[in-house]
Amino acid sequence: MNLLTVENLTVTLATGSGDAQAVRNLSFNVGHGEILGVAGESGSGKTMTALSMLGLLPYKGKASGSIKFDGREILTSSKREYRDLRGKEIAMIFQDPMTSLHPMLTVEVQLTEHLRHHRKVSKDAARNSALELLATVKIPEPAAALRAHPSQFSGGMRQRIAIAMALACEPKLLIADEPTTALDVTVQAGILKLLHQLRKERNLSVMVITHDLGVLSSLTDRIMIMYAGSEVESGLTTDLLRNPRHPYTKGLIAALPGNSASNSKNLLSIDGMPPELGNFPTGCAFHTRCNYAKESCKGAIPEVTNLNSTHRIFCPINPFSEVTSAGSQS
Amino acid sequence: MKPVSGERKTRKRPLSGTGFTPFIIRRLLTSILLVFGVTFISFSITQLVPGDPVAANLGQSAYSDPEIVAAFEKEFGLDQPVPVQYYRYITNLLQGDLGVSLSSKRPVAEDLKEYFPATLEIALVAVFLALIVGLLLGIISAVTRDRWPDQIIRVFSLTGVSMPAFWTALTAFYIFFFVLGWAPGTGRLEPGGEPPPTVTGLFTIDALIKGDFQTFRQAFSYLLLPAIVLAIYAVGVLTRFTRASMLEILGNDYVRAARAKGLPEFTVIRRHVLRPALLSIITVAGVAFASLLAGSVLVENVFSWPGLGQYAYRAAVGLDLPGIMGVSMIVATVYITMNLLVDILYRIIDPQMKDSA
Repeated sequence: MNLLTVENLTVTLATGSGDAQAVRNLSFNVGHGEILGVAGESGSGKTMTALSMLGLLPYKGKASGSIKFDGREILTSSKREYRDLRGKEIAMIFQDPMTSLHPMLTVEVQLTEHLRHHRKVSKDAARNSALELLATVKIPEPAAALRAHPSQFSGGMRQRIAIAMALACEPKLLIADEPTTALDVTVQAGILKLLHQLRKERNLSVMVITHDLGVLSSLTDRIMIMYAGSEVESGLTTDLLRNPRHPYTKGLIAALPGNSASNSKNLLSIDGMPPELGNFPTGCAFHTRCNYAKESCKGAIPEVTNLNSTHRIFCPINPFSEVTSAGSQS
Repeated sequence: MKPVSGERKTRKRPLSGTGFTPFIIRRLLTSILLVFGVTFISFSITQLVPGDPVAANLGQSAYSDPEIVAAFEKEFGLDQPVPVQYYRYITNLLQGDLGVSLSSKRPVAEDLKEYFPATLEIALVAVFLALIVGLLLGIISAVTRDRWPDQIIRVFSLTGVSMPAFWTALTAFYIFFFVLGWAPGTGRLEPGGEPPPTVTGLFTIDALIKGDFQTFRQAFSYLLLPAIVLAIYAVGVLTRFTRASMLEILGNDYVRAARAKGLPEFTVIRRHVLRPALLSIITVAGVAFASLLAGSVLVENVFSWPGLGQYAYRAAVGLDLPGIMGVSMIVATVYITMNLLVDILYRIIDPQMKDSA
């Protein structure tokens, strides 16, 4: 059984011009010890999907559908039940370690406060676990680090501290929202390696949200590509990157530097802009930017096409059904 | 990293260190300089204001007699050039002599000793009330954003900042004294009431020191209504400001991260939101306390409260330069002391702040 099973998740946010759906009828799952990558451009609903797992949607946000965690429906949880889940069963790492750590609290307080709340351990026991955690995430001189404030660390070190915070109560699922986007490339590799290692050592399930396909290829087992709040394609990482079948996925991969089909020095891009919240096109939301779009794409919401037991796309016309290996990975 | 350079500096010049004591010494020195700056500015302003203090203080007939005018000017040093007057004022000030009031003919220092504690007493009670009520309402308002408690509190705080002090003073006096009879009346004690022996000049404290609980109760009942009236504006300001800075902090990533840890909402608010919000709230509270002194002029007149406000009013009307200077000195000192306290509180709340001086 999967650790996390999401069915028909729809997230509605309040915007200046009325309610808007940020996530639409999304269904996916994460297995035990699996790393799922969720990718898409800004505004595709990745972060809102993650926040709804924790019941932390922004002010006046609402989620409907079903989220089963460890066999239990959690979307209908009370505030209290959600609090018992957060940090303890499902932990989250946020995008920018410069802003997600509290500037006025010491690392020790931030590493131990939830541990002490959830596990009711003593201050000394919590401090010892904090020291171990800092060693796990490879912070030098853990004892000195405990007494320091976040401002005394670099971005990469802060993200390691944030990861240690997330791991404190040994959660079953870790949600990482763009964990490397705010970091230098050299630091990114270290964080990715750390996440990989943690998954192996702790059989941790991870949901990584990113718009960086490089992160996806090196870290994930499976990928789900989102566009305008819906899934467009999902499959095993190797399948999906070698053999993308949705025009949008193909575009994303072609847009990677060094991957351009024409092999020219110019970077390829997908024409047009991602649609704005509350202004998603009808039918297949991608039809406004799709080179293969037909008149019929505007009408119907795309049905799922299963290519094999793990690989599926949501495209009304499936233009690459005959092609086996178009844009291959470098 | 900042601490490293700080440590290096500490060895060279102790006063530029980042420790707590050098910080306080540095701030005290700046504060003293500021007080002197204030004397210069207020002295200049009293000289520039059109109006003749001699004419204001002598009667019509005495003013037409050049001998009396000359004697008056000589007695109060008004015949000297302005820089000399200022020099004399400063040298006297350093000896604790604020000059002699033109209107009461008593040393200004004596007058202030009598009037200032009365104002300080209602101002302290007012700021205490304002802080408790303002912070509490502001926090409730922010936490229940856009729901009914927030709506009600916002109406109240807006009313609080919008009502002029003399109007609230008169209305409160009419309702609670004439209509309901809850308030005891004007003044600091009932007519003929014996004030407690002066230690601090605050009747409630002095009564407690003497152990005279009856006088304490009486003094307290007399000061409560003017203090509440004085507090209303500050409550409005503090409520609105607390709400705004709480909402600002609530939008931060680190608050979402704290919630993602599954901490109880109370802990999130107290530890993660209130602490950073307090930094800016304290600044406003400091200014609010100082502005209470300004508000006291009108409130004291309505309640016949023998305080600094009434004294300032009389000194201003009578062009009593030493009196005006004395009041400015007190008000400026209070402002500067509040700023000093705010800076020190900042450092206590956020020990990481090394660079304010």
